[in-house]
Amino acid sequence: MAIALAGLALFLVVPPFLPEWITFLLTLAWAKALAVLGIVLLLRGGLLTFGHALYYAVGAYTAGFAVKFLGVHDGLVVLVLAVVTGAAASALLGLLLARYRGMHFGLLNLAFSMVLYAILLKFYAVTGGTDGLRLPTPLLAGVKPAAAHLRLTIYYVTVVLTALLLYVAYRFTASPLGYTLRAVRDNEVRVEYMGASVRQAIYCSYIVAGVLASVGGVLAGFSVGHIVPEVSFWTQSGEFVFVALLGGTGSVLAPVAGSIVFEFVRNYAFKYSPYTWQMTLGLVLLIIIFFLPGGLWSLTGMVRRWIR
Amino acid sequence: MSAGLTFTYGVVRILNLAHGNLYALGAYMGAWLVLGWGSNAWPVLSYLLLFLAAVVIGVTAGPVIERLFLRRVYGKAEEIQILLTFSILLILEDVIKLAWGVSPLFADKPYTYMGVVRLGGVDYAGYPFLLTGIAVVTGLLLWLVVTRTRFGKVLVSVITDREMSAALGVNVPRIYTLAFTLGAVFAALGGAFTAPMFSLVPGIGAEVIVVSFAVVAIGGLGSIGGAALGAVLVGLARATAVHLVPELDLFAIYLIMALVLLFRPQGLFGQVEARRI
Amino acid sequence: MDPVGAVLETVGLTKFFGMVRAAEDLSLRFQEGELVGIVGPNGSGKTTLLNMITGYVKPDRGRIRFQGKDITGLLPRAVADLGIARSFQMPQLYLSLSVLENLVLALAIRAGRARGFWTPLVRVDRLDDARRILVQFGLEEHASHDAGQLPEGARKLLDVALSFARRPRILLMDEPTSGVSARDKSKVMDTLVPVLKGTGVTTIFVEHDMEVVERYAERVLAFDEGKVVASGSPDAVLADPAVRRALLGRP
Ligand SMILES: Nc1ncnc2c1ncn2[C@@H]1O[C@H](COP(=O)(O)OP(=O)(O)O)[C@@H](O)[C@H]1O
Ligand SMILES: [Mg+2]
Repeated sequence: MAIALAGLALFLVVPPFLPEWITFLLTLAWAKALAVLGIVLLLRGGLLTFGHALYYAVGAYTAGFAVKFLGVHDGLVVLVLAVVTGAAASALLGLLLARYRGMHFGLLNLAFSMVLYAILLKFYAVTGGTDGLRLPTPLLAGVKPAAAHLRLTIYYVTVVLTALLLYVAYRFTASPLGYTLRAVRDNEVRVEYMGASVRQAIYCSYIVAGVLASVGGVLAGFSVGHIVPEVSFWTQSGEFVFVALLGGTGSVLAPVAGSIVFEFVRNYAFKYSPYTWQMTLGLVLLIIIFFLPGGLWSLTGMVRRWIR
Repeated sequence: MSAGLTFTYGVVRILNLAHGNLYALGAYMGAWLVLGWGSNAWPVLSYLLLFLAAVVIGVTAGPVIERLFLRRVYGKAEEIQILLTFSILLILEDVIKLAWGVSPLFADKPYTYMGVVRLGGVDYAGYPFLLTGIAVVTGLLLWLVVTRTRFGKVLVSVITDREMSAALGVNVPRIYTLAFTLGAVFAALGGAFTAPMFSLVPGIGAEVIVVSFAVVAIGGLGSIGGAALGAVLVGLARATAVHLVPELDLFAIYLIMALVLLFRPQGLFGQVEARRI
Repeated sequence: MDPVGAVLETVGLTKFFGMVRAAEDLSLRFQEGELVGIVGPNGSGKTTLLNMITGYVKPDRGRIRFQGKDITGLLPRAVADLGIARSFQMPQLYLSLSVLENLVLALAIRAGRARGFWTPLVRVDRLDDARRILVQFGLEEHASHDAGQLPEGARKLLDVALSFARRPRILLMDEPTSGVSARDKSKVMDTLVPVLKGTGVTTIFVEHDMEVVERYAERVLAFDEGKVVASGSPDAVLADPAVRRALLGRP
C-alpha cells in the first residue's frame, strides 16, 4: 500500500517537467488501464473476453453523444453518464453472458462488440460513421481549464480518477465477492454447494468490469479529443487482453504497469515495423504464456524475494 | 470450415482461435497457386490446385501448431489454451501479410469456368453449386470416416474416454496430431474453395472465425450434424438479410445466434456436460 | 413436522443412467441426530443418492422431504441454504486459495456475505473461527498452504471441514476416510463424531472401511445395484451373507 501511494505521488509530481507527448501517452495508458483492469478482474474468475472494447466504446460514445445531442459539456457529468450507460449495457448483456464460460464467453463478447462496431460504422447520421465524433475540451465542474495547462489538467483528472477506481477494484478483490469469483474459477460445484450463486458472482463482476471500461473510454476519448468506431473493433479488445497478460493478474496495479509499458513500446515499435506488429504481439504473448505466466507484475515478487 | 472447427474441438477439446487463419492461409495459397499455374487450356487443373493448396497448408501448419504449442497446454486452464491460440492467430495474421502483401488478391478463374446455370428462367452462377456440392461431399466423407473406419472408432473412443483408450494401447498423442491436422485441412479446404468468390484482403481470418463460431455455437460444440445445420441457418439468414436489409447481414447471424442461445444455451445439438462428482 | 420425526425422507426415488440402474424405488427415512453408514460395492448408487438429495442429480421419479418440506428439484445452492451440507468422494476445493482462505470463504458465505464487495473477506473473527476448525481437523500446519499443494489425505480432511463449517442440520459425507492414512482414519472420525453428536447433526456417511462403519455407525444401509439389500445395526448388516457376497465377493 505504501509503495502504491509512493508510486502515485511520483506520477503526480513528475509530469509537469515532462514533454507534452509523454504526458499524453501516460494519460492514454492510465485511461486504458481501466479497461484492462476489467479484463483482469474477469480473468481472476477464469473468464476471458475478446470483446471488452465494447464497453470502452460505450463510454467513448456516451461522451460523444452527450456533447453532440445533449449539449452536456461538463466532463464530470459525462463521467457519471458513462457509469450509467456502462452499467446498463453490461447488466443487459450480462444476463445472457453470465451462463457461459471459456470460448463461448470470449467469442460471444467478441460478437457483441463487433455488432456495436457495425452500428457505429453504418448509422452515419448519428455516429459520424468512419469519421467518428469530435470531443471538444470538457468543462470541469463548470470551470473551463486554461488552454496552457489543458494536457496536464486532463492528465491529472485521469490519474486521480483511475487511482480511485483502482482502490475500488482492490477492495473488490479482497471482498467475499472477489474471493467467490476466484473460487468460481477453481471449482463451481463447491461454490454452489457452499450456498453462493456462481451466476450472480459472474454477473456482478461483469458489470463492474463493464463500468471500469466505460469510464476508461471517456477518459481516453477526452484525452484524444476524437473518437472513431475502431474503439469497438476486435483488435482493440485483443490489445486489452494482451496488456492484461503483459501486466499480470496478480494485482490491481499490474494493468497500469502493463499499460504504460505497452503504450511506450508501441509508440516506437509501430514506427519501425508496421507489418510485423501483430506478430511481435503474438510472439511476446507466447513468451508470457510459457515463461512468465504471472506477467510483468510477477517480476516485482522476484525482486522482493531477491532483496531478502 | 465449421466442421473442421467442431471436429478438432471434439477431439482435442481446445477450440482453436487460429482456425480462421488456417482458412485464410488456405484461401491465399489457393488463389496464389491458381494465379501462378492455373491455365485456361485445362480448367480442371485450377480446382486441383485449390485442393492441393488446402492439403499443403493443412498438413504443414496443422502438425506444427499442435506439436509445438497446443501439446504444452493440454490439461491447463481453458483461458490459457484460448490465449495460446490467440497468439497464434496474431502471428499468422502477419505471416499472411508478409507472404502476400496487403493489396487484395483476386483469382476468380475457377469461378468463371463454371459459367452460369439457368434455373426457371433465372441465371445463377454455377460455382456456388459446386461449392455446396463439395461441402456436402466432404461432410459426408467426414461422417463416414468417423463412423465407419478404424481410425474413426479409435477417435470416438479417445473422445469418450481418454485414459481408458490410452490404457488399451491407443497412441493418444498421435491421434491428437492427426485429428488436429485433419481439422486444419478442412479449414484450409474451406478457404481455398471460397477464395475464387471474393477478393482476399488481410483480416479475413478474424472475420471468418467469428462467423464460423456463430455456426458452431448455433449447432452445438462438438456436433458435426449441428455444425452443418448451423451453416445452413446462417447461410439462409444472411441471404435473406442481404435481400431485405443489406446493412444488416452480419446482424442476422448474431440475431439467430442470440436467439438460439437464449433458449438452448448449449446450441441445437450440444450436450450439457455435468461433471461427475 | 412428520409424526414419526424423520428429518429426512425419500419416497420411491428412482434414477437410471441409460440402462444403468443407479437407484430404484428408494424409500428411506433418517431420524434427527442419527449417524447412518452406507456400504455397497462400487457403482451401487451410493453417490447418486447423495447427488439426488442435494439436488445435483434430478431423480427420474420420487420425492425428497426435509423436515416435512418437499425439496425435490431444488438446486444444490438452495438445498445447502436449508442446512444440508455434503463432502465429496473426490475433494472439491478451491485449489488456488490457501487452506485458511477456503475455510474463511465458507464461513463468510454461510453468514450470507457472498455478495459483499466492499468489506474485506478476511476478518479477525472469521479467522479465529476458521483456525478453530482447522485445529479440530488437525490441519493447522497447512493453514497457509494452497489447497492445491496438499497431500491427498489432507485434501480429504479439508473437504469435510468445508462442509462441516456450514454447521448443517444434515451432513452427508461421501467416503470421508478414503485416501486418508489408516492412522488418521480413526482420528478424523474421533474428532468428527463427538462434535456431530454434540450438536445433534444428522449424519449419513458412505464408507468402504468396514471397521470404521462398525465402530461409528449406529445404523447401516447396504446398497447393491441401486437398491437397499439390508439395513439395521452394523453387526447384523455386516454379518448378512447377501451383503458379504456383494461387498467382498464371498459369503
Ligand atoms: N452422471 C452420470 N452419468 C452416467 N452414469 C452415471 C452418472 N453418475 C453415476 N453413473 C453410474 O451410475 C452408477 C452408480 O454410480 P455411483 O452412484 O457413483 O456409485 P457408487 O458411489 O456407489 O460407487 C454407476 O454405474 C455409474 O457409472
Ligand atoms: Mg461413490
